[in-house]
Amino acid sequence: MATQTVPLKTARAGARRRPPARGGGPGVFGGLAHAALFIWTILTIAPIVYTFLSSFKTNAELFGGKSLALPENFHWDAWGRAWEKSHIGQYMLNTVIVVALSTFFTMMLGSMAAYVLARYRFPGNRLIYVLFVAGLSIPPFLALSSLYKVVDNLGLLGTHTGVVLVYVAYSLPFTVFFLAAFFKALPDTVAEAAVMDGASHTRTFFQIMMPMARPGLISITIFNVIGQWNQYLLPIVLLPGDKQDKWLITQGIANISTSAGYEADWAALFAALSMAIIPIMIVYVIFQRQIQSGLTAGVGK
Amino acid sequence: MRHGKLTPPVLRRYGFILAFLILPVALYIVFFVSPNLQAVQLAFTNSRGISPTFDYVGFENFTKLFEDGVFWAAVRHHGVILLAMPLIALFIALFFSFLLNLGGGQSNGRMTGVWGSPFYKVVFFFPQVLAVAIVGVLFQAVLRPDKDGILNSALGLVGIDPIGWLIDPNLALWTIIGVAVWQAVGFYVVLFSAGMASVPKEIFEAAALDGAGRFTLFFRVTIPLIWNTVQVGWVYLCIAAFDCFALVQVLSVDRGGPDNSTTVLPLEIWRQAFTYYKFGYSSAMGVALVFMVLTFAALTLRVTRRERIEF
Repeated sequence: MATQTVPLKTARAGARRRPPARGGGPGVFGGLAHAALFIWTILTIAPIVYTFLSSFKTNAELFGGKSLALPENFHWDAWGRAWEKSHIGQYMLNTVIVVALSTFFTMMLGSMAAYVLARYRFPGNRLIYVLFVAGLSIPPFLALSSLYKVVDNLGLLGTHTGVVLVYVAYSLPFTVFFLAAFFKALPDTVAEAAVMDGASHTRTFFQIMMPMARPGLISITIFNVIGQWNQYLLPIVLLPGDKQDKWLITQGIANISTSAGYEADWAALFAALSMAIIPIMIVYVIFQRQIQSGLTAGVGK
Repeated sequence: MRHGKLTPPVLRRYGFILAFLILPVALYIVFFVSPNLQAVQLAFTNSRGISPTFDYVGFENFTKLFEDGVFWAAVRHHGVILLAMPLIALFIALFFSFLLNLGGGQSNGRMTGVWGSPFYKVVFFFPQVLAVAIVGVLFQAVLRPDKDGILNSALGLVGIDPIGWLIDPNLALWTIIGVAVWQAVGFYVVLFSAGMASVPKEIFEAAALDGAGRFTLFFRVTIPLIWNTVQVGWVYLCIAAFDCFALVQVLSVDRGGPDNSTTVLPLEIWRQAFTYYKFGYSSAMGVALVFMVLTFAALTLRVTRRERIEF
């Protein structure tokens, strides 16, 4: 008893004086904490700022032993070269189209399957659900060769249709798993009331259950958009080198880095990289709260 | 609803179920299930490229695999990444999320994060939304071995000679682990912050009131309370340790070099398939990878089963 009351008193006294006097003192601790956070901030931002600044430099400035210095004057011509030669605009447009379509169909088909599996009993329900969820544990690398064959046999190799269909199929396990849990948690009473009022199954789904599942749908949509936007493996397998006009942004950027090595146009490489980063940064800053919760929801569940 | 009686409502119900399932299931079977099953089949053949003719060779691919030095190098690298990457990333992330949520001490009797926490969370998370391929190209410039690489020029300011981050075979794998940690930390800071936010603040306040210092608060109060989230994060990072494809393929010298010192299984699977067109051999590697991942998952489930703290 006595041993407990003593620290309690000091802590209370400490609390009144605001900073608790422990762990090396708040001043020192606070200082170290801020130093650590500041260093990590620099580590995070510096490569991106450096890339951006380097796009304005000449090769002499980049390799003259003062690569940390600011560019002497801001030449935008590397941005022009990058835009013309690296086809960043084309890749970006391709990616927007592919990701928009595949996310749409992933969410559409995924929520349809998840809804039926979560709320209807029928023979085979369990089997189909397990088939989807089992996909979560299979790394995409197992089926690389055979996927290539399947897509080639269907005549879809090097087409955006092929990429979209594969993206949807590969996104379904997670989408169905997560949304099925979400639909299961929705109250039965609303759906029952809708059926009483004579709403068809389809109408109940689109007009009642979908709106109720909105938070879950938004999280998984964000998760899929970012996952599919960042996908690198599937594009390089499904959109081979002879279909360069169909390429997506990640493979385009990776390719520029190899070709910049040969042509020694480093400023253009940095400009192209900046062009790929800036739109993502803008979207991130606007939607950072939704993006953070969407991505972490995928892991947290 | 009786079985066997196909009244109109029952028919409608089954029609609805069928209509909603047919497309997703068909797509999933054609583009996911069937390629994976075919991959297992291909692993026992000498299939090359898209040529439709091939012979079954039994376990030949697997015996070749076990004699393949590159395969074992890749397995070893997964081992190193698996041990180091999750630990480093989780520790840094736990430390930062502690600072950002509880490190500010008490104000008006409530625990707060240090000043500027929302800003740090936004900045730290950003690498997570960048594509790994973009991160790879970004770090090629940062980690250039000459004195003009950004990291080497920064180190040059304090008198350290240029380091061959990616060209030194003893260092290259650790450099890649470092980049993976760089990208991962922010995500786990946000994940753990959510975990800490779901713990009632009174628990931390009571601990502080009872005289717990910051170290006690971190190691003996906070970490046990969010242990569940930490485990989830650990499993997730371990799964990532079996991937690493994009980072190694884009960032490393000669794709997995120098001298195979950074190669990983996914990279070898891809290389065997699309550089050498050895579809059979590549699929056998894929089977080996799945086997490793599933073994690891089963072990993890056994080890990490632990009581969660209710609050």
